[in-house]
Amino acid sequence: MTSDWIFNLYVFALATFVGYQVISRVPPLLHTPLMSGTNAISGISLVASLLAAGSDHFISQVLGFVAVTCASINVVGGFLITDRMLRMFRKKPAPAAKQEKAS
Amino acid sequence: MTDNAVLLSLCYLVSGILFILCLRGLSGPESARRGIVLGEIGMFIAVVGTLLHKDIIRYDWIIAGMVLGSGIGIAISGWIPMTKMPERIAFSHAFGGLATGLVGIAAYMREGEQLTYFKMGALGFETFLGLLTFTGSIMAYGKLQGVISGAPVTWKGQNFINIGLFFGALVAIGVLVVHRELVQVFFAVAGTGLALGVMAVLPIGGADMPVVISLLNSYAGLAACATGFALGSQILIISGALDGSSGFLLSMLMSKAMNRSFGNIVFGAFGTAIEPGAAAPGQAGRSYNEATVEDAGAVLKASQSVIFVPGYGMAVSQAQHAVRDLAAALERRGVEVKYAIHPVAGRMPGHMNVLLAEANVPYDKLFDLDAINDDFARTDAVIIVGANDVVNPAAKKDPSSPIYGMPVFNVEQSRSVIVLKRSMNPGFSGVENELFFQPNTMMVLGDAKKTLLAMIAELKEGGH
Repeated sequence: MTSDWIFNLYVFALATFVGYQVISRVPPLLHTPLMSGTNAISGISLVASLLAAGSDHFISQVLGFVAVTCASINVVGGFLITDRMLRMFRKKPAPAAKQEKAS
Repeated sequence: MTDNAVLLSLCYLVSGILFILCLRGLSGPESARRGIVLGEIGMFIAVVGTLLHKDIIRYDWIIAGMVLGSGIGIAISGWIPMTKMPERIAFSHAFGGLATGLVGIAAYMREGEQLTYFKMGALGFETFLGLLTFTGSIMAYGKLQGVISGAPVTWKGQNFINIGLFFGALVAIGVLVVHRELVQVFFAVAGTGLALGVMAVLPIGGADMPVVISLLNSYAGLAACATGFALGSQILIISGALDGSSGFLLSMLMSKAMNRSFGNIVFGAFGTAIEPGAAAPGQAGRSYNEATVEDAGAVLKASQSVIFVPGYGMAVSQAQHAVRDLAAALERRGVEVKYAIHPVAGRMPGHMNVLLAEANVPYDKLFDLDAINDDFARTDAVIIVGANDVVNPAAKKDPSSPIYGMPVFNVEQSRSVIVLKRSMNPGFSGVENELFFQPNTMMVLGDAKKTLLAMIAELKEGGH
């Protein structure tokens, strides 16, 4: 169907535009969390991997299994590590640092 | 459309919106964590929705893969030190690339000749880009980890070969669109992707890694987009576009911060312009002020304002905590302390910010190039922790220097400059640094962390 891919092209163009606008507002301070966050989001290929692994075709199942594993690593690991990083960004020194100061 | 398919499409729409909100949250540190939670919810909705898809007829492989992958993901994210962040990012790009590449191969094996022309083209791109990202990221990982030489590896006609491979793959994808039954051509495209990933990253030097990592990020996104086109899945297109534009924007910012064009980094093999051996005689004859920790301590005791300039060397010697401690010791003496962060300091965008955040440095003390560059002239002492190119005055003065035109910190304008460096060898890029030979520069050679700890002890000992 021709209309199908035209429609998808619309989605692509608009999403790229929104992405560019939103991401240009991310400060350099957060560029590493941005990379690991978008990395987790691009783990959305998990969705496609699920379809491959759950099909009735054997080779597709095996390749899909590897893909599901890889994509899950990115999704789970990506979100966890982004959060771990963001927890460290503080405006004020943490209590631990204050204790050191007092000692 | 069946009711089920409508429901799934609506799930994907919600996920897509949540992903955009997730990225919008990253516009500030206060809202960032909430944003990530929105992203997690979006991912959860998309995955659960997909599991109910009519085409999924068995769950054994899926469950095995998800359990295994989640376990590995949890283990890696808990265990990896922050100094290894660039390696982890490179590695996860490799996983992402492999996943999309394999999905492409699986889809071709499943549907092959039943694919429409357009979907076949998208599938070809997906497989090519996915596998290119896979091997390219493995190479980047190897370079960061030191398994593969961080120096640019060059050979004759390499650009010619790489461009040839790229256009060869495009032609092959074109042939596939017309002749979907040619399995050999499909695997030739896949093989070319694998080979090009290796060939394209090998010639790029370690100092250019921030650009390469961002670029691979962008390719991973484009591969996900192509998957979306091949499978007719809008959520893949949206997420891939977000990832792709993020990677693209970051690579633009990084190459701007180095005053170099994309093409120059991809084809330039930075660092070959000056042979390290050729640069050495020039440096050997020059005299520099080698200073002891006591000398540096004396300067710091007399200072009212200090700016730290961290670089990749801080990550290598894991000195971020020692930097924070020295800063705290100085602040106790009433000294004003700031940190100057160059966009390309380290091996990935934002590398230094994350390390200093880990060491509990409040982020309002970290300043970008533009925000702090005028302050150096009013500063008593600058402490350079393992940074080199970003403080090289040759970038401003010497048109023959390979880094000429790159925006750098005006550190030489401050009253005194203390450089912590492992040795007098020129760094990765092999570019000589004029700063090290200036009269107001003190070179304190040795491991940065040890030097910093000794400085803290020195400050504690002596009075005012």
